[in-house]
Amino acid sequence: MSWLLTAPIAIPFVTGVLAFALRHYRAGAYVSIAGCAALLVASILLMSETIAQGVVAAPMGGWVAPFGIIIVADILSAIMVVITAIIALAVAVYALGDIDATMEAQGYHTMYNILIAGVVGSFLTGDLFNLYVWFEVMLISSFGLMVLGGRAEQIDGGVKYVALNLVSTILFLGGTGLLYGATGTLNMADLSTAVADVDDGLLTLIAMLFMISFGVKAALFPLFFWLPASYHTPSFAVSAVFAGLLTKVGVYALIRVFTLIFTHDPGFTHTLLLWIAGLTMLTGVLGAAAQSDFRKILSFHIVSQIGYMIMGLALFTPLGLVGSVFYLVHHIIVKANLFLVAGVAGRIAGDSELSRIGGLYKSTPLLAVLFVIPAFSLAGFPPLSGFWAKFVLVKASLEIQSWMIAFVALLVGLLTIYSMTKIWGQAFWEPHPDGREPTLKSLPIAQRRALIWPIAALAVMTIIIGLFPGGFIALAERGAHQLLQPAEYINAVMEARP
Amino acid sequence: MEVLLALVIGVMVTCGVYLMLAPNMLRFLFGLVLVSTATNLTIFVSGRLTEGHPALVPAGHDAPIGVVANALPQALVLTAIVIGFGLFAFTIALVLRAWTTMRTMDPNEMRLAEPRSKDDA
Amino acid sequence: MKSIILSVGTRYLVGLLIIFSIYMLMRGHNEPGGGFVGGLIGAVGFVLYALASGTEQARRALRFSPEGIAVMGVFCAIAAGIIPAFFGDVFFTGQWWYTGPGGDDKGFVLSTVLLFDIGVYLAVFGGILALIFALEEF
Repeated sequence: MSWLLTAPIAIPFVTGVLAFALRHYRAGAYVSIAGCAALLVASILLMSETIAQGVVAAPMGGWVAPFGIIIVADILSAIMVVITAIIALAVAVYALGDIDATMEAQGYHTMYNILIAGVVGSFLTGDLFNLYVWFEVMLISSFGLMVLGGRAEQIDGGVKYVALNLVSTILFLGGTGLLYGATGTLNMADLSTAVADVDDGLLTLIAMLFMISFGVKAALFPLFFWLPASYHTPSFAVSAVFAGLLTKVGVYALIRVFTLIFTHDPGFTHTLLLWIAGLTMLTGVLGAAAQSDFRKILSFHIVSQIGYMIMGLALFTPLGLVGSVFYLVHHIIVKANLFLVAGVAGRIAGDSELSRIGGLYKSTPLLAVLFVIPAFSLAGFPPLSGFWAKFVLVKASLEIQSWMIAFVALLVGLLTIYSMTKIWGQAFWEPHPDGREPTLKSLPIAQRRALIWPIAALAVMTIIIGLFPGGFIALAERGAHQLLQPAEYINAVMEARP
Repeated sequence: MEVLLALVIGVMVTCGVYLMLAPNMLRFLFGLVLVSTATNLTIFVSGRLTEGHPALVPAGHDAPIGVVANALPQALVLTAIVIGFGLFAFTIALVLRAWTTMRTMDPNEMRLAEPRSKDDA
Repeated sequence: MKSIILSVGTRYLVGLLIIFSIYMLMRGHNEPGGGFVGGLIGAVGFVLYALASGTEQARRALRFSPEGIAVMGVFCAIAAGIIPAFFGDVFFTGQWWYTGPGGDDKGFVLSTVLLFDIGVYLAVFGGILALIFALEEF
């Protein structure tokens, strides 16, 4: 059992080291792909174990809870790890066509795999301070990937990304310190019961520190400015994996602490989250309307979509959390896919500024189809995955008569269509301003395959989730149940034995 | 002793925030270092202070004898210092690089990734 | 910076610092010390050398790239985590081997804990040198 839990963390580390040894050869890229495939297998095994057994947990080094670090997977963690592995594999394949030999020699694959290890570690740890360490593992490798290549805009975006993430890190650390001072434990399951003895005012203060810190990572209103300032600058493969995974770690952390630890006063904390969710959705989508760059529009849409996930958490009902979990899964796949499409479009049409490209529909209908699937899914058209995600969330908000947030959610859906139409019109429908006819044939066949296959695979996944949502929603329901009834999680952690 | 340290932490955070508000990346970083040190001190104090009893096991024993200091916050602080050191070293290198590419330390003037308008691009 | 005193002095100091760093690494087992402090002291030796004779010389004296050393350190640490699993224990459980005859005389003690500490030593050593060389050559 402990193998199942540790393999998803150990595999990317080992892959990273091997890829470093082979960084001057093409083999490094294939090692990275093989590692991500192994991660996918390991994560699916872990997933089936959590479905069959409920929450699984193992103490590292044989130190039992609450003293040692426990690695623990409930349904939510397992889902997140599987999705991470899927995106990791897709982007690793895409990198074959996107990352050149210079960047590989600078250690792209090593940083990439260590980033994945950090993400997986954050999802699987049961210890608050260990979560901080995983955040740092993720952060330091993302810093490296952000500025890899060293173009001037990357340095500019990187400075803002690094600066604001450092502030968030320090707040997280401060919150952790205060929580330890108040309770004397850092194990999240133990904290869940230990916080009962803490003064409510102090606990709310600590909760706010965590909310701000994770809010920066998740790009919540009004803390999201680093994201649109930086996500359009690195190479396409890097921005796709950032867009898909990094902010979602913040969302995951928020879901975890605000269902497990800070549930003493939902009237204040969760209502605040609801306001933040609504404002995040609105500002994100309005910001996107003002942009004219493919990736900048998508970056603002990440912000707006994060609002939906937080909305489900803020409603704090079983159905709301089902919506959040389902939305996370849907969003990671769709958003990473859109960035990958933006990469191909930018590569064959020569730019990602929309006014300087065009004509993609006429010359590359395949890419147009592959764009339309995730774009419609993002906007919430039936029968794609985004429709069900939004449907569940809106239904959850109507159930508890939160008319305002339901209205905002629907309005933002409409405005999302506006942005997607803008990209569609300018990049795909209008002719290219230079009279070029960008086609996929301009790329060598091997590169074309490496770029298109991951996009197609993710698009198929979007359709599958859309056509057969039943199983996924049932899984999300079990996950939400575990989140709202944390007794199973707490027991599994406290009774984990080597 | 806790009160004194709490005051010290307060003063450090104040100075740090003041520095961070300056429109200069280098001052921002110095402020961040101060706040980060204050945070580390917070963790240290949150383990309660025990004077003159290091958490060491004497030779021939299995457990420390009598009252000893709480070792866990010290381990946490050490980890946090190490991680912080790595992050700040990277950030200083990045800011230096930003200075050589953009010739400015004012984040408001760093507009390469986000041009003010289409004419600037 | 060219200084005869510094470059001559450095020749002796580098060796001493590295020996001292390894002493610190081994001592860290039961007493204050350990991989992190050891790695720092070892790195100081090469930093001093880089200051006295330039980073190019220091890189040559190091033979391996500092990044490579750091990644090697990460590998040692991960290996220390994985090895216990082959003995049926959970990840990161310490495994011990005694070379002594038994009883109170344990002889020289080998363990995955030591391997982990060596990993930390290499990671710190390589990481610090990579950073300082990069800043020096800026």
